[in-house]
Amino acid sequence: MTAVAHHRRSAAGAGRRRLSTTVRLVLLIAFVVIFLIPIYVLLVTSFKPLTEADPGQAWNLPQTWTFEAWQVAWEKLAPGLWNSVLLAVPGSLLSCVLGSMNGYVLSKWRFPGADVLFTLFLFGMFIPYQGVMIPLVQLLVNLNEVTGLQGVFYGGIPGLTLAHVVYGIPICTLIFRNYYVTVPDELIEASRVDGAGMLRTYWSVVLPVSAPAIAVVIIWQFTSMWNDFLFAVFLTGPTSWPTTVMLNNIAGAQATPYSQQMAAAILASVPTMLIYVLLGRFFMRGLMAGALKG
Amino acid sequence: MRRARTWLPGLLLVTPSIIAIGVFVYGMLGWNFRLAMTDKHDEVSEGNFVGLKNFVDIWDQPRWHISVSHAIMFTVVFVLGALALGWLLAFLMEKGIRGEGTFRAIYLFPMAISFVATGIVWRWLMNSGMEQRAVGLNRLFDWIGLPQWQWFRDPDWGMAAMALPAIWQMSGYIMALFLAGFRGVPEELREAARVDGCTEWGVYRYVVLPMLRPVTLSALIILGHISLKVFDLIVAVSGKQIITDVPAVFMWVAVFDSHDPAKGATIASYIVLSVAVFVIPYLIWSVRKERRP
Repeated sequence: MTAVAHHRRSAAGAGRRRLSTTVRLVLLIAFVVIFLIPIYVLLVTSFKPLTEADPGQAWNLPQTWTFEAWQVAWEKLAPGLWNSVLLAVPGSLLSCVLGSMNGYVLSKWRFPGADVLFTLFLFGMFIPYQGVMIPLVQLLVNLNEVTGLQGVFYGGIPGLTLAHVVYGIPICTLIFRNYYVTVPDELIEASRVDGAGMLRTYWSVVLPVSAPAIAVVIIWQFTSMWNDFLFAVFLTGPTSWPTTVMLNNIAGAQATPYSQQMAAAILASVPTMLIYVLLGRFFMRGLMAGALKG
Repeated sequence: MRRARTWLPGLLLVTPSIIAIGVFVYGMLGWNFRLAMTDKHDEVSEGNFVGLKNFVDIWDQPRWHISVSHAIMFTVVFVLGALALGWLLAFLMEKGIRGEGTFRAIYLFPMAISFVATGIVWRWLMNSGMEQRAVGLNRLFDWIGLPQWQWFRDPDWGMAAMALPAIWQMSGYIMALFLAGFRGVPEELREAARVDGCTEWGVYRYVVLPMLRPVTLSALIILGHISLKVFDLIVAVSGKQIITDVPAVFMWVAVFDSHDPAKGATIASYIVLSVAVFVIPYLIWSVRKERRP
């Protein structure tokens, strides 16, 4: 082996490497500053009193810090936040149940044509929802009429939840399926030999080891339901507007001062930011599932 | 061949989802296409079959041309920008660096926030007011001596500016993909190339970059399909203005303001087609690849 040559090269390279590490660090920090600019603006502006709305002071810290804007923003946004909770909590749990059952079957209890079916499911993950929106609105309107429940399906949280759960099936199935593929087949076989059926095996063998996938799916679905605007704007009405629609209305009104808009934007982002900070690892895995299939 | 008794329960368990996907995805896509082929241009008429007339006629509308060219410019700037920035960030971190976890967390966190919330800040940052009236980035640029811009109100390059918030939001995700890709290259391969006399640059050129191709493809697909249906961001930053019109906003206006279901369905069909032409081959390719050992 060329141990000597290798040694010489690494000795010469050490200095260069230290330099390149410094350059990399400086660049990375520069990007951190750029990435944080919008957050600085959000925070600083939200604490400013109306008297400091002058463009000349736009980038300055507030001279007097105040919660005024936060208070008003909270009052305006609270109904939307509550609607979003009513949507995202049951919705993400339902998604979890469906995704887990599908993932289990498609990885451990496969039937003829399961691969084709899985591909057909996956396409559902990529369709632009605009392509189903008009029929979906029509269907929900019809459901309102047929059931006599005005403002439940179309213009209500249940209808919006239904849409999110159904269109979330592909990604949830994918996450659970890819997770269950890593569960050894022998475990399933052993349970089968013991005479347990499909559901008993699921309940006693598969479900107890599913916690990581459950976390990923709940976080993923909660975040997308919380942040969605497209379904919300097409399917809900004034009493059922979730956070994003209300936020957009608050921000769209010319009279709303920047401080209130920014405070409202932060309030609207608190739940998903908290999830990201506390459970970032699982958040990450959900993101990767969307990209690296199999 | 296993007997039906062993696989039938599984099929039954996924049946609710099969029905749901069948109705809500494929049924409704079909319903939408059928609606696009009728003359139901108001909410009460029955709608007669007119074939592809709407798909042809929409090209006579100036607004459609505007929204399509906007979507193209947005897509090019956003996809290339997020790809380049994501790649660069991953490249800077791939050999490990102190504080990597913190860097990653900061680059990724915009993903957790909705486009509607970030749109509010970016509307302020990209405010087109200049000189005395400048806020946001123009004010900052004024201080440090950079030229001031119209940003998204620029008649020619507005959509390129509109891509900036999207790049900010998505490049952390692309960074995470590339970082996983970089780390997936076995160290022995790099070492082997070095022993064969490759410079560090050569290692990247001939070993690492070729192995990143699948990740790059995934990233392209993800960015592309987000870009072609972009809606929230545009509405949050500039509302329904023509200067930033894209097909998804045009469709929204067609449905809610013009009350023209057939036109809305036609635009929606075009959005679906534009995504389907590259997503379907990609899905078939990736499922086939997975089945190979």
